[in-house]
Amino acid sequence: MASEDIKLMAHLMRRGGFGASRDELEALARQGYEATVEALLNPETQEPSDHLEFLRYHPGFWKTITSPGMGSAPWLYDLINTQRVLQEKMALFWHQVFATGQSKIDHWHEVQNQVDMFRELGMGDYRELLLQLARNPAMIYWLDNCDNHAYAVNENWGRELLELFSMGVGNYTEDDVRECSRAFTGWTLAPMIPRNAHGRYDWGFEYREEDHDDDEKTFLGHTGRFNGEDIIDIICQQPATARFIARHLYNFFVADEAQVPAWSVTPPQDPEAIETLANAFTESNYNITEVLRVLFLSDFFKEARYAKIKSPAELVVSTLRLVGGYEFPAPGIGNLSKEPGYMGQELLNPPSVEGWHTGVEWINSGALMKRVNFAADMVGDVSRPGVAAMVDRLRSLGDLTPEALVDGCLDLMGPLEVREENRQQLIDHANESGALRWGDGNGAGTDPAAERVGEMLQLIVSMREFQYA
Amino acid sequence: MTTNRKDPVLVVLQLSGGNDYLNTVIPYLDPLYQDNRPAVRIPEEQILPIDQQVGLHPSMGPIAEMYSRGDVAIIHGVGYPNSPRSHFRSMDIWHTCEPDKMGTEGWLGLAARDLDPHKENVVTTVSFGPSLFRAVAVPGVPVACVDNLEGYGLLTGIASDERRSKILDRFTQMYSPTVGRDWVMDYLGETGLEAMKGADILKVAPGMYSSGVEYADTSIARKLKGVAQVHLADLGTRIFYCDHGSFDSHANQMGMHATLWTEVSEAVSDFFADLREHDAADNVIMLLFSEFGRRVHDNGSGTDHGAAGAAFVIGEPVKGGQHGEYPSRRAEDLQQGDLVPNLDFRGLYSTVLEDWLGLDATPIVKGSFEKPIFL
Repeated sequence: MASEDIKLMAHLMRRGGFGASRDELEALARQGYEATVEALLNPETQEPSDHLEFLRYHPGFWKTITSPGMGSAPWLYDLINTQRVLQEKMALFWHQVFATGQSKIDHWHEVQNQVDMFRELGMGDYRELLLQLARNPAMIYWLDNCDNHAYAVNENWGRELLELFSMGVGNYTEDDVRECSRAFTGWTLAPMIPRNAHGRYDWGFEYREEDHDDDEKTFLGHTGRFNGEDIIDIICQQPATARFIARHLYNFFVADEAQVPAWSVTPPQDPEAIETLANAFTESNYNITEVLRVLFLSDFFKEARYAKIKSPAELVVSTLRLVGGYEFPAPGIGNLSKEPGYMGQELLNPPSVEGWHTGVEWINSGALMKRVNFAADMVGDVSRPGVAAMVDRLRSLGDLTPEALVDGCLDLMGPLEVREENRQQLIDHANESGALRWGDGNGAGTDPAAERVGEMLQLIVSMREFQYA
Repeated sequence: MTTNRKDPVLVVLQLSGGNDYLNTVIPYLDPLYQDNRPAVRIPEEQILPIDQQVGLHPSMGPIAEMYSRGDVAIIHGVGYPNSPRSHFRSMDIWHTCEPDKMGTEGWLGLAARDLDPHKENVVTTVSFGPSLFRAVAVPGVPVACVDNLEGYGLLTGIASDERRSKILDRFTQMYSPTVGRDWVMDYLGETGLEAMKGADILKVAPGMYSSGVEYADTSIARKLKGVAQVHLADLGTRIFYCDHGSFDSHANQMGMHATLWTEVSEAVSDFFADLREHDAADNVIMLLFSEFGRRVHDNGSGTDHGAAGAAFVIGEPVKGGQHGEYPSRRAEDLQQGDLVPNLDFRGLYSTVLEDWLGLDATPIVKGSFEKPIFL
């Protein structure tokens, strides 16, 4: 059975990344927990992804006019292949918080550009991130700030900035929404070049002074001729903002919480943890890496093993990383990129600015079927390199009793901790075919013993326990 | 539970994002409509008048036709006090009937529990779309969540029938209830077993279906076609849920609102035509609602979040016509620039629950509210 070190490392890599193979976990455990946290927090110490590699193989995705349901394929490729796993996880985190969707933008590349911005800035200064978000063309179009004029205020961006991106409902008035929106008048898009037959052009940010309402505004008790930067400064100083970001990070990395709209009426399940994270946010001048360091080193994090339901993106990406075979941009990745959508999380296309309902709300009868079906199809294919590697590790243990087969598989699939009665079910299942005896080793695909491992893995990913991160 | 082919059936179509009441049921002769909508106004000659005061959006032709047959009830001024103008929060309030705290039980989940207290039918409620709507979610109440009826099933990718059935047997045992320890595991267990049972029941529906109605190629038409397939397969489903959107028309409202209503109107009209063709329309009503209406004055290209909205109840059994009063558009009567609701949505629900589904509404909507009489 796996040691506590391995279990804790697996937990860190599930949350701070998208899981890790047993070989990787053993290497990381030798390196130590704190050193691994530091490596995660310093992505520049790992090899960068070549973001253009995908496009070299699939040039049709370059600023494509349309690619229904396949537009997130380049990002999926990064998610599967990056070595800078926490950086990519944070891009996913901000995508879930600052939810921006292709359904309205109708320009995949712009939504992808926004995610690229999250990758670049998502572990740095939150103030800078909000500022770049306010200037992000996809966001400006998504929340209509291009229609927010000095003479006609459009409060879509102004409202969501306060409600969903920083403080949360209950911490500002309708007047604050209005004043905030006024401050962002003139923050708009540069004139767009129409698409041509071969693709689309990038959008740009433009500040138009003549369309900016430069009069006095009163926002959260402060009065002045505020522009957008001033509003963001005031927002960042609010204790409500620190708590809001703390709750988001807790919900994403530690344990499932109530949904965002409940936060004004439902206290956090671990108020001390939120306080700790919020203090780290304030004391570090809004530095997200500092908050993450406190989070990963905390006891409340280490003790939260399997306290979350995997998001569809986590389920798909961690399964693909586990089974392998997508290290180069293989054909079919477009179809794979639709999988999270079938489970209720279409990447780059959240249902609305409020993002997705997370935690147990990922699960419904249809979504659960899709999750089980996808994972079973993947791990049942023993020709995939990651599955073959698991088979090889088991083979190195020699012939296996049903019990040893089950424990060996559970160990390699996590280590996954399952209820004793469910472990017994697996053993009963294995018992139906008796002890596992390896063939002569002429290729895993032809060895019935390998197929039995594949079947056991399919059964394991069908379990409730597999749905947890 | 005994089911009867003619048991009353409710279909809910949620117009997500906040539908603009003023440009849906349009007070076209009101000068205040003209004044407040310099940019986002439907020209009078395009409006489909339904009386001397109001008319429907020009894209709603098929619904106007149903209205003229007496099959459409328009419910005016629906909402609730102190609208938060937040999509998420407002939708939650509509889903749970809890305006002051965070509700965890959806109104239709509670209705389904009353309709089928012993959970004899896991497809009493069928929801179309990849996510579960909170309106139908109550812990312990099964909901079949369907994205696409074709290929709906568990572990369908396993080619060997023998291996699949062995794993499914084991699945059933591993998902079976044990002495409860944590509710998430219990929820996963129930959901897994219901998914398997529901898939076995629902998978027959597309094969039994044939129709002369050709639905449009839109997402809402596909969903309503799925609703029709399940309803016509006579599987005992009493509550259907789906949505369409986004109606969040802060900008470029004119084109987008027209497209959305074209899609909804055609799909709804085709759906009822399909049911009529199969003599299965007389026990179905459809409720259309949105989480809020939009601001009275436009913002130059669209409209911002508002308060009161209009709901529609459609079907042969409804008392067609307009119910309630259109809220005043006079500046002094608005709240923060928004129409003030004069009918609590929980009253609308109460009519549906009591006078259609035959349930006691009070515990579901948590109180007594004035009921519009549209049934």
